[in-house]
Amino acid sequence: MKFTMGWLKEHLVTKFNDQKIIDKLTNVGLEVESFQNQKSELDEFLVAKIIKVEPHPNADRLSLCDVEIGDDNIVKVVCGAPNAKSNLYTVYAPPGAVIPKSQNKLSVSKIRGVTSYGMLCSESELKLSNESEGIIDLPSKHYSKKIGKKFFLNKSPKVVDISITPNRADCLGVKGVARDLAASGAGKLRIQKKSKINFSGLQNIKVQISRDKNQGCTAFGSCLIKGIKNKESPKWLKDKIISLGQKPISAVVDITNYIMLDLNRPLHAYDADKINQKIIVRNSKNGESFEALDNKKYTLENNMCVISDNSGVLGLGGIIGGTRSGTELNTKNILLESAYFKPESIRYTSKKLNLDTDAKYRFERGIDPNSIEEGLIKAAELIQKICGGTISKLDIKKNENFKNSYIKFPIDLFENTTGFKVSDKEIIKILSDLGFSIKKNKKDLNLKVPSWRPDIAQPIDIVEEIVRIKGYDQIKTIIPQKTRNKQTLNKQQKLFHFLQRSVASKGYYETVTWSFTDSKINDFFKEKKNDITIVNPISSDLNVLRSSIFSNLVFYLKKNLDRDIKDISLFEIGPIFSGKQPGQQEIVIAALKSGKVSRLDWIEKGRVVDVFDAKRDAVKSLVETGLDQKKFYIKSKTPNYYHPGKSGAIYQDKSSNLPIALFGEIHPNIIQKLDIKTEALILFEIFLDRIILSKSKIRDKKKKYEYSDFQKSERDFAFIIDKDFDAQELVKIISEIDESLIKNVKIFDLYVGENIPKDKKSIALSVTIQSFEKSLNDHDLEKINDLIISTVQNKSGAKIRS
Amino acid sequence: MSDIIKIKDEYLIKLSNNLDLNDVNQIKSELFGKNGKISNEFKKMGSLSADDRKKFASELNSIKDELQATIEKKIKEIEVSEINKKLQNEKVDVTLPERSFSRGKIHPVSQVIDEISSIFSEIGFSVAEGPDVENEYNNFTALNTPDNHPARDMHDTFYLDDKKKLLLRTHTSPVQVRTMLSGKPPFKIIAPGRTYRSDSDQTHAPMFHQVEGLHIDKNINMGHLKGCLNYFIKEFFEVDKIKMRFRPSHFPFTEPSAEVDIGYTLKDGKIVIGQGDNWLEILGCGMVHPNVLKNVKVNPATYQGYAFGIGIDRLAMLKYGINDLRAFFETDYRWLNHFGFDPLDVPSNYRGLSR
Repeated sequence: MKFTMGWLKEHLVTKFNDQKIIDKLTNVGLEVESFQNQKSELDEFLVAKIIKVEPHPNADRLSLCDVEIGDDNIVKVVCGAPNAKSNLYTVYAPPGAVIPKSQNKLSVSKIRGVTSYGMLCSESELKLSNESEGIIDLPSKHYSKKIGKKFFLNKSPKVVDISITPNRADCLGVKGVARDLAASGAGKLRIQKKSKINFSGLQNIKVQISRDKNQGCTAFGSCLIKGIKNKESPKWLKDKIISLGQKPISAVVDITNYIMLDLNRPLHAYDADKINQKIIVRNSKNGESFEALDNKKYTLENNMCVISDNSGVLGLGGIIGGTRSGTELNTKNILLESAYFKPESIRYTSKKLNLDTDAKYRFERGIDPNSIEEGLIKAAELIQKICGGTISKLDIKKNENFKNSYIKFPIDLFENTTGFKVSDKEIIKILSDLGFSIKKNKKDLNLKVPSWRPDIAQPIDIVEEIVRIKGYDQIKTIIPQKTRNKQTLNKQQKLFHFLQRSVASKGYYETVTWSFTDSKINDFFKEKKNDITIVNPISSDLNVLRSSIFSNLVFYLKKNLDRDIKDISLFEIGPIFSGKQPGQQEIVIAALKSGKVSRLDWIEKGRVVDVFDAKRDAVKSLVETGLDQKKFYIKSKTPNYYHPGKSGAIYQDKSSNLPIALFGEIHPNIIQKLDIKTEALILFEIFLDRIILSKSKIRDKKKKYEYSDFQKSERDFAFIIDKDFDAQELVKIISEIDESLIKNVKIFDLYVGENIPKDKKSIALSVTIQSFEKSLNDHDLEKINDLIISTVQNKSGAKIRS
Repeated sequence: MSDIIKIKDEYLIKLSNNLDLNDVNQIKSELFGKNGKISNEFKKMGSLSADDRKKFASELNSIKDELQATIEKKIKEIEVSEINKKLQNEKVDVTLPERSFSRGKIHPVSQVIDEISSIFSEIGFSVAEGPDVENEYNNFTALNTPDNHPARDMHDTFYLDDKKKLLLRTHTSPVQVRTMLSGKPPFKIIAPGRTYRSDSDQTHAPMFHQVEGLHIDKNINMGHLKGCLNYFIKEFFEVDKIKMRFRPSHFPFTEPSAEVDIGYTLKDGKIVIGQGDNWLEILGCGMVHPNVLKNVKVNPATYQGYAFGIGIDRLAMLKYGINDLRAFFETDYRWLNHFGFDPLDVPSNYRGLSR
């Protein structure tokens, strides 16, 4: 919403200066976005100084000037003026400027092979005089300190631009803004003179509002103005329109716009001679079409509120008029419309047609239904004044009568809500200044809500009115109490924050990427899940919700590899989606690592990352959260984006249905198809929501502290075993033989190759044996030794390697 | 008698020479071996008279002790000098690099969420969450934003179905709805999380982060709201004084509504919070609208309170001098390294929010 201070003061008598008005506007909730001169094309022309002049290499009559244009910026300009010389102050037009005389828009161009950035101007080019011999020579005395400043003073009035929240339709007109200011003590609302209009004759174009279901129009006021001479608007009107950055069109159109901006009362003017017999306000029928004033053709669906005549649709009520009945400079007779359209109807139609206009914006937020007559009279009077003509009597057709709303306002609600008190007297003053009619009844105020405030519906809205006019700075600051009745984080949230830092502490950089992704990349990571498509994505490569975080991580990995960073460790913690219903999502950590460990290291040999790096990071993170690694169960089946032979799934225990983590190398196909240039790429994922958290604290879960000081023995074994047999099983078999004696089982070697059958592998383990009761003698150790060998052989078919 | 003194003197001289470990062992066996000189002297004792024997034994034992002590001392000396000699050859260039280590980073948004949670934890808020995909009811209707309300246009919404019933939440406010529907007042929560709007330019990202705050109890008024936000802003920016301005605004789900600006100045192109005449809008807030309370089955005659919504990314930018919002989500390794935080740097009230 824009207006000039002068316009505001047509409605407001005030002693406030501009700055005080600006501050007040923001304080009452009409946030001032800017207060500056309307931009002018002439703003571009700058005072400049020629620093150096050289002859043009390819043209005798041209010279090449170095021109200072402010802030020590120097540009090269080709100039044909004979008077171009160094130390000359003149006027510079940059590329983009429009030359007043020729109306040519400058661009950076080559003149006889030399690039010229802009132009130096003569008086005639700037329409200052007819002097076209040479460029302007400004007196250095006046201009030496003005280099880079605008040459033309911008005389356009300063324009206030306020952002109006959707509830404040009343402030989309200057008068409404003035009313708020007056209520807040900035001045007095100016009482408008009663117009002395001479009505002559009847409005004889019949208007009919049809009784359609969900009729969007409740009232249609009109009058005929006959015998006008439409013309260019007078200067005062043009200036008003221009000051708001709009283009004047003709007196009739400018007047309707002026009334809209002034009173927030949209009007429409028809060329009465182009209306076929009568006006029918009705619902549209599917397939009807018309050409609107934006020169586009619209095809309508059922139930859009249209203004029509016997030939068809003239326009969309409250949104846009049609070309068929538009006014022109030669229009003689006009029908002026001032109507009320329901916000929901306007919204429905404009959304369907994707149409946004000034009128639509206003009707959608709610126009004062009682302003129909005022708008007609004010506009008709102005039209008559400027264009002549006779004004018919007003014709107001109504389908529904507007009823003011009433609110019973308990006065103490104000203090209960805001925490401070305002006297009853002052409350009544504020509300009455805002247009409320008030009856006081002990502890309540019975309020009649002004017709221009459709947003006010209940007592709490009244509280807002009072507090915003009184000023939010009146609200006290109550210092918060430092008490806590509930834990800040629940267990699941603690796990989130713990794992986030746990993974980062292993050398991974945390990133945050969109929750949506490119379906083409997502396909690699979604297995059999369905696409969850976004109906209106910002671009076609961000068109689905991610089924996995890896689609984004891999995409950005590639970008970083392209920056020639080789060893990259990234992770993200966030949601992945399995369906489009709320809640069909789970929290996942996804991490990847590319390249080498110890690349170009003077002391350690470099090696590419592998599946066991991924496993270490996944397992360690899980163990750090307090889970028992001994219960973990590893399976080799993983989703298809992992390398089928070099990946695994970690289950919290053997009976779990779903893995809590996955790890492995990425499937080589993905590397190839996405053209990822790295030596190796490993991944792991942790599914936070699948982790079953114990209700007890870690301290409560710990076993009693026990230790043995008896002699400890370590025995080594090497078993030859089927290649497919899981090492995890072998360790388990040994561990379970006698848990009171076997303290630890550690694999220290794996061998395949010579001296071992092709389908077998050799696993060497070190077993720690210790008793709580005694030092074990040779006989005891021999016994357990034999038991280990025989049990392993029986349960796994392995043979001890001799 | 003189024999043993002679032996003693002879060997003490020998032991004072520059010897190696072998030489000393040789001497040791010459003296104390089976046929060693001292050993032999002990053998002689049997042939002496009782009186002489006593005297001789005493003499001999003291000489033996002296020689043994000297030998032990000599051995230790040699060992020390040998280690010292060896050490001279073991010197490395310690200015060579250590074995390599890697250091991870926490994203600024995560760090700032932890900072925010830490601050609100102090004054009794707990953290609540809700899903990213929401239904139209929780995101709009329950929040007093009916279908034909123009405020819906202010949220450019991503939809997941043609009927516009399922969407990506445009703010964290639906967590208010979920929290209140699933519990009984009082409520005192913050809800940080991802939010989505379908606009994208230099200063808007299609995904960003908000933290929602909600405090509902008996007798909670706008003074509490002001106090809470004043406390938060001061703690967050770690300054003693803050310039703060409450300005009337409009959100369908609060009434009265306010936007909050904080004062700042520019020093050397950097924003300094807490002073100066420029205003920066940082959050929206207000008293929860009675219609919202009714929608979530809370009686507005008994309970009232405030809600606020803060842009997390914006706060992170202001506090840590980050200029470009888009960069938060572009995973540039160099950017993450530059603006990321050490994982051990956990914001807490007693160790300080930030280093």
